[in-house]
Amino acid sequence: MQGRETMGRDGGSREMSGADIIVRALVDLGVDTIFGYPGGAVLPIYDALFRQKQIRHILVRHEAGAVHAAEGYARSTGKPGVVLVTSGPGATNAVTGIADALLDSIPIVVLTGQVATHLIGSDAFQECDTVGITRHCSKHNYLVKETSRLGGTIHEAFHIATTGRPGPVVVDIPKDVQVATARYERPARFEHKTYRPKVKGDLAAIEAAVEMLAVAERPILYVGGGVINSGPGASQLLRDLARLTKAPVTSTLMGLGAFPASDPQFLGMLGMHGTYEANLAMNQCDLMLCLGARFDDRVTGKLDGFSPHSRKIHVDIDPSSFNKTVRVDLAIEGDVGHVLEDMVKLWRARGHQAQPQDDWWSRIKGWRAKQSLAFTQEGEKIQPQHAIRALWEATHKKNPIITTEVGQHQMWAAQHFDFEQPNKWLTSGGLGTMGYGLPAAIGAQLGNPKSLVIDIAGEASIQMNIQELGTATQYDLPVKVFVLNNEYMGMVRQWQDLTYEGRHSHSYSDSLPDFVKLAEAYGWKGIRIETLDQLEQGIADMLAHDGPVFVDCMVERHANCFPMIPSGATHTEMLLGPDQVAGKVDKSAEALV
Amino acid sequence: MAAKIKPLLVQEVVERHTLSILVDNEAGVLGRITGLFSSRGYNIESLTVADITEDEAVSRITIVTSGPRRVIDQIRAQLDRLVPVHSVTDLSELGPFVERELALVKVAGTGEKRVEALRLADIFRARPVDTSTQSFVFEISGSTTKVDQFIELMREVGLVEVARGGVVALSRGATAQ
Ligand SMILES: Cc1ncc(C[n+]2csc(CCOP(=O)(O)OP(=O)(O)O)c2C)c(N)n1
Ligand SMILES: [Mg+2]
Repeated sequence: MQGRETMGRDGGSREMSGADIIVRALVDLGVDTIFGYPGGAVLPIYDALFRQKQIRHILVRHEAGAVHAAEGYARSTGKPGVVLVTSGPGATNAVTGIADALLDSIPIVVLTGQVATHLIGSDAFQECDTVGITRHCSKHNYLVKETSRLGGTIHEAFHIATTGRPGPVVVDIPKDVQVATARYERPARFEHKTYRPKVKGDLAAIEAAVEMLAVAERPILYVGGGVINSGPGASQLLRDLARLTKAPVTSTLMGLGAFPASDPQFLGMLGMHGTYEANLAMNQCDLMLCLGARFDDRVTGKLDGFSPHSRKIHVDIDPSSFNKTVRVDLAIEGDVGHVLEDMVKLWRARGHQAQPQDDWWSRIKGWRAKQSLAFTQEGEKIQPQHAIRALWEATHKKNPIITTEVGQHQMWAAQHFDFEQPNKWLTSGGLGTMGYGLPAAIGAQLGNPKSLVIDIAGEASIQMNIQELGTATQYDLPVKVFVLNNEYMGMVRQWQDLTYEGRHSHSYSDSLPDFVKLAEAYGWKGIRIETLDQLEQGIADMLAHDGPVFVDCMVERHANCFPMIPSGATHTEMLLGPDQVAGKVDKSAEALV
Repeated sequence: MAAKIKPLLVQEVVERHTLSILVDNEAGVLGRITGLFSSRGYNIESLTVADITEDEAVSRITIVTSGPRRVIDQIRAQLDRLVPVHSVTDLSELGPFVERELALVKVAGTGEKRVEALRLADIFRARPVDTSTQSFVFEISGSTTKVDQFIELMREVGLVEVARGGVVALSRGATAQ
């Protein structure tokens, strides 16, 4: 335990087993749901769970599912997600989800069982070096060797997971530490010795940023997942700042929903599959204000051609994001919500007026006129974009939570499903983890029992955690899975079309199961949509059923996702449609994938 | 305008920096630090570590690293992000500091070579800490360049093997960094 604890009144102080301390600490931390899977090294904790009623344990079907479910819970509620798994294979199965949460800055706490302390290092049954394995894919991790430190460590783990740049924290707990007893006291206030993230931004820097914005003639706000992590208040403040500065707003994949898609100032997503207007505006702006995003390579394209004429301001709670890939002119360390608040206040206090931007906006209008997301739906085969749009038409009034898997369907969902609010769009951005969507939907549904939750999936990805269908059944969760079935690992095939002259090496989804029958076997309702005329009705049937529904929607098999910035290219070199595809790239671009 | 505008670097110059890192002396902390260097592809030229407080709660890790300025800044920020890290000081950036390294240098030989080894050792203020009729082990401390030079010269008079302690460093003046 590193933190200094002050004794709290409630929480008492009596001898308890480590396992009871864990449960007690979780309750004190406000945890009501945990996702887990039992095994030898966590049996004492499972026994403690059996003897209490405050925490609901959701039994998943695979530990990977537990972590993604916790991520979905966290991303949709703003509260940390909690996972409990056993040692050895339980912990290693959780690793992908932990890495996923690190790259997307999702607050989760993963409790792993470990072999008894005297066995550590002896290659005991189901022993693995969990702290070693997760060291570089977690925000922080602990091996707790004494029961007396257990309660404090768990409180500290939550503190670290949820503050600063959020992320996954792993607490590895040997079995003997769970069995031995110690006193537990609830810490009243937490102050960490070394870990103190800066929340308020430096005022002089914020002032400089406001001055830069006020003189900008071609400003742009480039926003990311940090705005969502900062809480709903930050999204509101972003709208205020956009109004005041009249600047166009573009969002990363992770930031969708932070700014309403229907707002006329919104240019859509930027980056590899972003809109023409978003990428061109990024390229041509004279001032870029980056809010809680990190200049990811999928966003910047080729670095030396990235927004060459702009001054750049970067607001982030994690100072290691500054100048990591792109040099910025002004860096402001702090929570995006707090910094936005100060910027809005200062702008108003100074009585600033945005520069006339008629010229800027008329250029943007010109780029918009390209209609880079346009598609044609003809014939009876369903175009995947059309399916997403139909899904949006039928559901957007219900304000649904959308999760996705990874692939073309994910990008089409990002492009064609419009989000008006934060916390409604859950996707694996940084790690790009196939198999994320179904368990994330389960977690989101548990955190938002009244919401409509839909996993927009691909037929390949969904099979990576398909076993979680059983979890939804067990807990009566009415989640919907909507598969855009193109019988291909479409995104892989697309790259093969673009880069390898169409040599489709192992990207065909052969031997697919009958998804409708499979869903039914798990107690779900199954619906198959094969032609355009079945689409609307199929979606209506899905929505009419109050239990879980699996929709297998057959779509055009060879559609590719555009627009696209090919690897090694800059924002100005976008491909708008299949007719511009070369089929081959040079070696250096090939390596950049 | 208060904002500082940094010019784009035209050409990246590799710099050598000495970082002094204070960390909580907990299990695995060294692994976190060295792992960070290897997983992100940063250089370590030298690394030393020892606890420095009375209660053994805090250790100082001194790392000599090299890279373009941009990378050095990243290294600092990444180190600072680790939970058990109290502070990261870039001594090379901060101003004057003293840097010392200790080495043990074994030389073997007879006759003229042996005399020459002793003479050179004297010039470098290296002390013989082990002596046999065939060999010496010298202890030398000083800047890395001085130690390098000494070892270079010893090659000509019968260098057998070397053990180096790595760089330790402190800022000059009365205050702690
Ligand atoms: C775990 C994992 N393995 C491999 C990949 C590489 N990958 C990215 S997209 C993709 C194909 C996804 O196919 P599908 O789910 O059918 O989606 P589609 O692109 O067809 O919409 C693959 C294999 C990945 N992202 N994640
Ligand atoms: Mg597919």
